[in-house]
This record gives sequence, C-alpha cells and structure tokens, in this order.
Amino acid sequence: MKYDVAVIGAGVVGSLITRELSKYNIGVALLERANDCAMGATKANSAIVHAGFDAKPGSLKAKLNVRGVELMKVACEELNVPLKNIGAYVVAFSEEEIPHLQELLERGEENGVPGLEIVYRDELVKREPNIGEKAVAALYAPTSSIVCPYELTIAGLENAVTNGAEFLRNCEVKEIRQNGDGFVLITTRGEIEADVVINAAGVHSGKVAEMIGDTSIEIKPRRGDYYLLDKSQGALAFSTIFQCPTKMGKGVLVSPTVDGNLIVGPSAIEHDDGDNVETTAEGLESVYNSAIKSIPAVSLRNAITSFSGNRAHCTADDFIIGSSEKNKKFINVAGIESPGLSSAPAIAEMVAGIVTELIPGIQKKSVFNPNRPAPVRFREMTSTQRAKLVEKNKAYGRIICRCETITEGEIIDAIHAPAGARDVDGVKRRTRAGMGRCQGGFCGSKVVEILARELNVPVNTITKFGGKSDIMYDKTK
Amino acid sequence: MLNYDLVVVGGGPAGMAAALQAKEEGVEKIVILERAETLGGILEQCIHTGFGLHYFGEELSGPEYAGRFIAEVEKTDIDVYTDTMVLDVSKDNVVTAVNNRDGLIQIKAIAVVLAMGCRERPRGALSIAGSRPAGVMTAGTAQKYVNIDGYMPGKKVVILGSGDIGLIMARRMTLEGAEVKVVCELMPYSGGLKRNIVQCLDDFGIPLRLSCTVIATHGKERLEGVTIANVDENLKPIPGTEQYIECDTLLLSVGLIPENELSNGVGIELDRVTGGPVVDEYRETLHKGIFACGNVLQVHDLVDYVTEESKIAGKGAANYIFGKKQDGTFINTKGVNGVRYIVPQRVNIENEEDVKLYFRVGQVYKGAKVVVECDGNILSSKKKVMLAPGEMENVKITPEMLKNMNKNSEITVRIEE
Repeated sequence: MKYDVAVIGAGVVGSLITRELSKYNIGVALLERANDCAMGATKANSAIVHAGFDAKPGSLKAKLNVRGVELMKVACEELNVPLKNIGAYVVAFSEEEIPHLQELLERGEENGVPGLEIVYRDELVKREPNIGEKAVAALYAPTSSIVCPYELTIAGLENAVTNGAEFLRNCEVKEIRQNGDGFVLITTRGEIEADVVINAAGVHSGKVAEMIGDTSIEIKPRRGDYYLLDKSQGALAFSTIFQCPTKMGKGVLVSPTVDGNLIVGPSAIEHDDGDNVETTAEGLESVYNSAIKSIPAVSLRNAITSFSGNRAHCTADDFIIGSSEKNKKFINVAGIESPGLSSAPAIAEMVAGIVTELIPGIQKKSVFNPNRPAPVRFREMTSTQRAKLVEKNKAYGRIICRCETITEGEIIDAIHAPAGARDVDGVKRRTRAGMGRCQGGFCGSKVVEILARELNVPVNTITKFGGKSDIMYDKTK
Repeated sequence: MLNYDLVVVGGGPAGMAAALQAKEEGVEKIVILERAETLGGILEQCIHTGFGLHYFGEELSGPEYAGRFIAEVEKTDIDVYTDTMVLDVSKDNVVTAVNNRDGLIQIKAIAVVLAMGCRERPRGALSIAGSRPAGVMTAGTAQKYVNIDGYMPGKKVVILGSGDIGLIMARRMTLEGAEVKVVCELMPYSGGLKRNIVQCLDDFGIPLRLSCTVIATHGKERLEGVTIANVDENLKPIPGTEQYIECDTLLLSVGLIPENELSNGVGIELDRVTGGPVVDEYRETLHKGIFACGNVLQVHDLVDYVTEESKIAGKGAANYIFGKKQDGTFINTKGVNGVRYIVPQRVNIENEEDVKLYFRVGQVYKGAKVVVECDGNILSSKKKVMLAPGEMENVKITPEMLKNMNKNSEITVRIEE
C-alpha cells in the first residue's frame, strides 16, 4: 500500500488533519492502532472549546486556540456536530484570587479573545444560582463553548473517508524506515509506504518520533479522572465553571455537556504509562472535593460513570507542530494537551499548509464535499417527525437503548457509515446507545446481536472496544 | 388515535396481573404494551425455581410462573403489543408508543397502569476506581447472556453485592463451569433471601465476605483482576486489608432502581426512599387515573407479592374506569425507627376492605416487635423471629381500625427491640 501522506493516530487532531488533506488530490491514509477512532485522549477530556484566555500570548497554543474557535464553528456546521456556545466562568474563591482573574482577562485580550469581563458575586449568583458560597467573583468568557470531542472526530473522519481518504484501524506502527525520499511504515497490518508522515500519535508521539531517530519530543502523560452525572443534573450549571488555573492545568471544572449531562473533572496526575487509564480513589475524591467548591449540589449519587484520560503533556509546554529536524517530510504534531480540542481545526489547517509545501504538484480537488449528513437522532424528534421516519424505515421503530431512546435504525446507520462502528463502544459513541443511566445493562447484548448480524460475523467475536475486550466466550453447556 | 379503557405499560408479572384483574372486574378494552419480544418481563431469564410458593403453593421457575399468566392473558381479549416501547405518557392519559410494525402509536386511555419494573444499578453509580475493561457487568446482564443468548460472559468470576440476582448468578455461573471466587457484600449482612444464600453459595462452597467491597478493577482490554478490601462501620475501605483477586469477570448485584422515567415525564410524585410513585391503597398515584404496581412501585423480594399488589392496582383501575373509586379522606402512613418506607404511602380511611402495608427494615433484627400505631393507639404489635432488609414485611389495617381515624391521623409502623 502506498500513499502520499500517512497520518498516524485517529484522535481529533489526526482525523481533522486527514479531513483537511482529503481536500487535495493526494492519497491519504489514517493509521490507528485501536479498533476505532477517538480512542485516546479524545474520548476522555473536558469537551470544552476554550475561549483562549489561558495560553501564554505568542505561544502556538494561544494562536491556534483563538483561530480554532473560529474554525470550529464552520467545521461543526459542515459536519453537523452540535456545538453549544454556553460561555464559561473562571471563579475566584477569595479576594486574593481576584488579581488572578484580572491577569487572565488581560492575557485573554492580548490573545484576541472578545467579550471578557469580570463579574462579582451578586451578578454571578444571578447567572449561576448553584455557585458555591465562597465564590466572590469570576471572569466571564462568552465565547467558550462545548462540543462532543469523539463526535467531532467521528464526523470529521466520516467526511474524510467520503472524500477519498482511507481509514486503517488495528494498524499499529511498529517501525519506520526512511527510504530515499519517503518512508516505509512497518505496521501490524503490513508495510505501508508514504511520502509524508504525520505524527499525531498523542501520548505516544514521542515514541513514534523516535522511530526516525527524533528524540526531541518528551511526553509526560498527565492522567485526569472525571465523573459524568445523570442528565437530571445537567442544569446545575448553565456555563462551564472553572477554578483559577494552576501549574498543573486548568483545574477541576463543572460543566454541562452537549448531551445534557454534567461533567466534573479532571484531576492531574503525572505518570509514565500513557495507556494506563485506571482511575484512582484518591483522584476521584480530589475531583469531587474540588467540584463541590464550585457547585456544592454536585452529588455522586447521580454519577452514571467515571473515567480517566491522559493528556499528552509535553515538557516544552507548548504544542510542537512542524517538520522534524531529522526529516522535513516527517511532521510532528505533538504535545497536544489543552487547548488541543479547541485548536484541532486550526492545527489541521496549519499542518495542511506544511504538507502543501512538501508535495510537488499538490492541488485542491475540484470536487470536495465538506458536509457530513446529520445522523438520525430519534430522541430529538417530534411525534410527527418520528411517525414519518418509522413509516419510511421500520428499523427506526424499534427502540434498543431505552435510557437514551436509541433505535435499531440508528445503530445500523452507525455500523454502515464510512469508517463505521465495529464494536459496542463504537456504537455507543456514535449513537449514545448504552450511555444512559443503566450503562448498557439492557441494550448491550442487543447491540452485540445487531453488530454481528450487520457485519455478518459470530456474536462471540464482537468486542467492547477491539483487541481482547471480548464480551462473550464459549456457548453454554 | 386509538381508544382503550385501560393501558398497561409493561407486560411482566405486574402488568399481566393488573390487566387480568381489571378484565375480571369487567373492564372491556385493555391493552398491554411490552418492550420485549414476549410477555413475561425479567422472569423469562430467571430459569431457577423458587417462584410461586405463596401464590400458587408450588415451586415454579420464572418462565413457568410467567407462563401461567401469559396463558391467562391469551384466553382473554386483552390486546398485546410486544417489542413496543412507550415513549411518553401525557397528563391527559395519552400514551405514545412505537414499534417496527405499526410505527408510532397513540392511545387515549381512561386509566393507565405503570408496570415498567426496575433496572440494576450499574458500575458508574458505585465509583469503583480502576480501568474500564470488558468483563464488568451487572448480574442481570450476565444472566441474560447465559440463559437467553446461551453464551458465557466469563470464566473466573467475582461478584459484588449479595442481592438475590448476584446469589442466583453465583450458582448459575458455577453450574456452567465458571469458577466463582468470592461474593463480596459491603454491608455486614446480605441483601438477599436466606434461602438463596444457602442454596446458591453454601451448597457450592462459594465464600461470602461481608463488610467487604471491590475498590479497583484492573486490566486494559478484558478484566484481569480486582482489588477487594474490608470496610469499617462507615463503609470506608480499611487500609491494609486490600487483596488482589485474579478474575476475568466482575458481576454487580448492588441494588435495583425502579424505572420511573415515564412517571417523571407525567410529573408524578415519587417517594424518595422507594424510588417509586407515592400511591394510595389501590396503588393510584397522585395523578388521577394513573396507577403503579410491581417493581416500578417498590422493589419486591418475591414475585408472588408483585402479583398480589398488581391485582390490587388492576381492581383500583377498574373502579376508576367505572367511576366507583371513592375520593374519601386520605391519611399518610410513615415508617419510623427501623422501618425504611411503607407502601402505600396514603390510605383512604373510608375504605371498607383490609389494607396491607408493605415495608422493609433498615437492618437485621432478631426477636423484635413490629408495632403499628395511630394517634397514640397501638393498633397491632407482633413479635418476629427475624427481620432482614432483604425481605419485605407487611402488616394489616382493618376497616375497623380506619373508622376511628380522622383527616389528621397518621399511621406509623416501627420496630421495637
């Protein structure tokens, strides 16, 4: 297999880069070691499109965050991904913290963030009635938004594949050989040749860079534990509530999600194993203890799940984006921690710019379809719309996930979409089947059945999320 | 829009008993809406025996118990829609449902019986730390894999929670060749029936560890092990008691939650303790014409009591449909001193039939008395050999007792040691 460009890593950054490159008349492949896209930091982060006041002026983080906010609107519209502009508050819990807000405001203005203002307790309580007693003031950032990071990734990838890019799952890069002008990637799916390689391998981007002898990237994974609360709790906060940032990041936030749940987290624990996403009791406890400072009504009785993710923190403390010193056709996209999601569309734009310099004769395609059709969302329809839909296709009349009201038709769509779902978690991320209160207790086995039927494989080969995440073993006696 | 006298949401033991009773009372147009492919509810996957000892006086399996009611339903002209999900119940009793044959269905009903049952508490509600691999599931999900789908969901098993489903699955997995290493129970007592501890654990040499919980799961793709630890009197893990147990499966049997999403949609008031609607002695909710019975009302220990309760709701719905249900004077019931809750929460003192108050206790009592009191008068006091949280109890209130009450009265049930 030979491509002009091989992108390593199907997180939000790799997927959006692939989509950006699918606008050109080149062959692009996205290589992912897991069974689906969005399997690393992308599926476990705060899901915020930051306004951009936090990053150091002049840094790549600052520049790409602000540009990313602009491009995110366009991308979400084209890809039919819900983006909710709910604003954010950074809360000061004592008079001493107020100068910190002022500092953030000034930094934000320098970064070009519009509409920042400091509001004091009386006004804050009016806007966020559940705010903690000790909150004295807050920096308000009206341009802060929320988006579902894996939905954006899935949508971007679907669109890239529609426009001719290839998605190679279960394709882990083991070794890279530099071959004259290009590269040979030795993968778990065989050898893949490419003229240009883009390293978007997240927490493993340092390891991938080392495969060509580039040791300049040092990733220190920073694990963050989160709680997700039931939809009944989604209105405890109307905007994203941050606390004053520290050296270890933006601290614990409380925020509604686009799906109406409440997300609480993250902790920040530095460790060595970027694949380790085990939450710890201490991590979860620290998240809870911080969260109730912001919103005292947060109650773990309403937690529906907890999880953790690794931010690809890099010792350089800024994004590393550009050609490797070892080989200019090897482009590192590394250290993409917060505001990585917010910056992702701008990172894609920047990387595509670099690629166009490297490939002679590269041109925009005459036909590029920027749109991904909106998936059917039965739960959001009116009765009249539902009646019409079921009349057209009976599969939309069979509810599989009762907590989230997800139909068989939607699950079938998710499996047969470009770069579609191959496992139970893939169906979950695309449709929300299994994401509700019962966490797949009732619908899990039905989803397995539908996957097996649609993919025409035995039921006991269906996994939770690829690899050895088997769900069923042998037949009973 | 279809028209029915009575719409029953849910075709498990509760829904079927309510529908059958309403039919017997003379209600003409009745429909049962069931989300599964068949009637029977969760009993269909409960292939062990132990059902029906009270109601039928014989020991049946779950499918047998359900089968008797299914046969009765089939003999009547009660309409049944299976594989049909109710999406909404409106304030004026219009039920909206959907299936893949008829599409969207709207039914105007005079009365509605809610019988949606309950679901299991999932892992997320427990905040167990660790990884999130395959192999962690509720005991009921495992039961479906084994008994309905015919596949084993694991080989080396740890069970957290000694609720009845956990105990039943300990035996079931063992019989299917899996190794059940231990059942951990957070509380100092089991939440399951005594007979299940004996027949499902003791008989198979499966250890039950009380005051013990799972504090972490390990393994990236499939579960590889769990860490368990003893807990103190505040249910907090005791440092130093951690123990790693190798296993590929963790089954959770940590509580059941009535499925009241539809009730919430109508705005029906729920009891914070039971998680089910507040009802009167005919199981009518505070929303006129909407009744509730079975595990959606309160989590039962025995299906026999579900049947009993649902017949009462069926009768109440029939009375409502015929305009015979009295308004009357309602007073509250209240569980105190060891009694966690009472169903029904309100009783019409003009009622002319016996009323059974069902309740559960909050801890194990031996030789304690159940005392029923109203306005300073002891209505009854009965010594019980054993009272346990896993077993539902009841006391009887007679019309004679009710006659002496007034609108300000309150019936309390308490435990005296």
